[in-house]
Amino acid sequence: MSEILVKAIDVTKRFSNFTALDRVGMDIRKGEVACIIGPSGSGKSTFLRCINMLERIDGGAIWVGGELLGYRRQGDELHELRDHEIARQRRRTGMVFQRFNLFPHLTALENVTEGPIHVLKEDRKAAEAHARDLLARVGLSDKVGHYPSELSGGQQQRVAIARAMGMRPELILFDEPTSALDPELVSEVLDVMKDLAESGMTMIVVTHEMGFARSVADTVAFMESGRIEEIGPAEKVLSDPDNARCAAFVRAVHK
Amino acid sequence: MSATDDIYRTSHLKLVPRRHWGRMISAGVVLLLLAALVRAFANGKIEWTYVGDFLFSRTILDGLVNTILMTFAAMALGIVLGVVFAIMRISENPVLSSIATGYVWVFRGAPALLQLLLWFNLALVFPKIGIPGVMEWRTVDVMTPFVAAMLALGIQQGAYTSEVVRGGLLSVDSGQYEAARAIGMGQLLMLRRIVLPQAMRVILPPIGNEVIGMVKTTSLASVIQYAEILHNAQIIYYANTRVLELLLVASFWYLATVSILSVVQMYIERYFARGAKRLKATG
Ligand SMILES: Nc1ncnc2c1ncn2[C@@H]1O[C@H](COP(=O)(O)OP(=O)(O)O)[C@@H](O)[C@H]1O
Ligand SMILES: [Mg+2]
Repeated sequence: MSEILVKAIDVTKRFSNFTALDRVGMDIRKGEVACIIGPSGSGKSTFLRCINMLERIDGGAIWVGGELLGYRRQGDELHELRDHEIARQRRRTGMVFQRFNLFPHLTALENVTEGPIHVLKEDRKAAEAHARDLLARVGLSDKVGHYPSELSGGQQQRVAIARAMGMRPELILFDEPTSALDPELVSEVLDVMKDLAESGMTMIVVTHEMGFARSVADTVAFMESGRIEEIGPAEKVLSDPDNARCAAFVRAVHK
Repeated sequence: MSATDDIYRTSHLKLVPRRHWGRMISAGVVLLLLAALVRAFANGKIEWTYVGDFLFSRTILDGLVNTILMTFAAMALGIVLGVVFAIMRISENPVLSSIATGYVWVFRGAPALLQLLLWFNLALVFPKIGIPGVMEWRTVDVMTPFVAAMLALGIQQGAYTSEVVRGGLLSVDSGQYEAARAIGMGQLLMLRRIVLPQAMRVILPPIGNEVIGMVKTTSLASVIQYAEILHNAQIIYYANTRVLELLLVASFWYLATVSILSVVQMYIERYFARGAKRLKATG
């Protein structure tokens, strides 16, 4: 078994007095693909955002690659990290959003090179060559010079995946990457994600695409009301879950 | 062919365009008034030769240069202050955001003319400025008409510009901030590379208008002896009493400057609109 890349212990997140995450724990190994399913409002996005430090957690702890997120340990003290240190920790993790969030003033190529050139300080030539490779990998060689507004939703999401990969992350988080797409565009994005999974990328994917979860995921977690109610091998959770509400949810989505 | 089919045949009918009587009459009236105005100017006691003589005179052109210089100096200061205070205003630091709110409140609250007089007369209350004992200057030496006008107009402009910039920053979708953070950008890099370029589309049209407004507002600096174009025109007409002719000369140059700036504004806006429109497919 490969080493653990993401470890979440008792992660708790509150919005004023509403508990969005209630002691969520999860271990993700290198190269593992985990899907998170569950009804709307159950805390799936919030959990991903905590792993990428877009939300600050109120309890528990998350490690990525052995590094404690948000804090530096000095003896028996935990010191809160400063903004630029948090930014540095985030570089290990890529994120793909439901609504793409491509930079509209940059072309597809520039969207991918923006981080490598300005954050990682890569040489422009090298970054562009890498970006072209990535765009070819997601099937968009002919769209490098296009602005997001000139691309379909599926194409935009594939650029967003290339943008995340441009940072050479160890982990990519996907928050319902196909939910904003027209039905006929879903498969082109799922295919790219499947390729990525096969190449060994560690992925945590919030999705309602049960077919994708069944064929690509190693692990599936079912969340409800801020808690992980069931987690295990994809086959087990999707076909024969112990939790009754998980079974009902899977049945409902399959209809 | 039945009778009802006939109703739907229109190709053989003659088309008579609508007459716009109202438009014709109002256009006629306006043209008549315009002709009267031109006639009044042509027959009035305006010595057009003076206008021609002074249009390119040294004093007037020097004034024009000073007007343009002040426009850019005051606008540059205004934009820098505007961006800084807008970022302070939306920051989570309550001290910074209160200071920014106070700045806008104070400097938007007093007339530009009054602020010009205040800065120019600063020496009355602060005879010396600088760090006491280390570096000190006499305020009258520092507060030249140029410096006083730049500070007064630039600081007031900054108050207006900061509101425009703040609106622009708020217009950028929160998903853009998150995407920028997700690729590891820090606060400043995110503002510079992702947020401000998008905010520009919202910020630029009002800023363009404000630059054009500033060209004319600089004329107020004539009251503190800044040698801009109106000030210099006045100096000439105090001597030769050709008041209207010299005011026309100054008007000409204001209009010319504003026209050129409008064209520049159009090109700049077009640049920042890139990616905003779905372009026509090329082949
Ligand atoms: N910024 C926020 N402020 C207040 N409540 C929030 C915020 N973000 C999420 N929530 C609440 O937390 C709960 C979980 O949200 P989310 O993680 O987006 O659910 P999911 O992605 O599973 O649909 C929801 O009830 C939502 O209303
Ligand atoms: Mg969600």
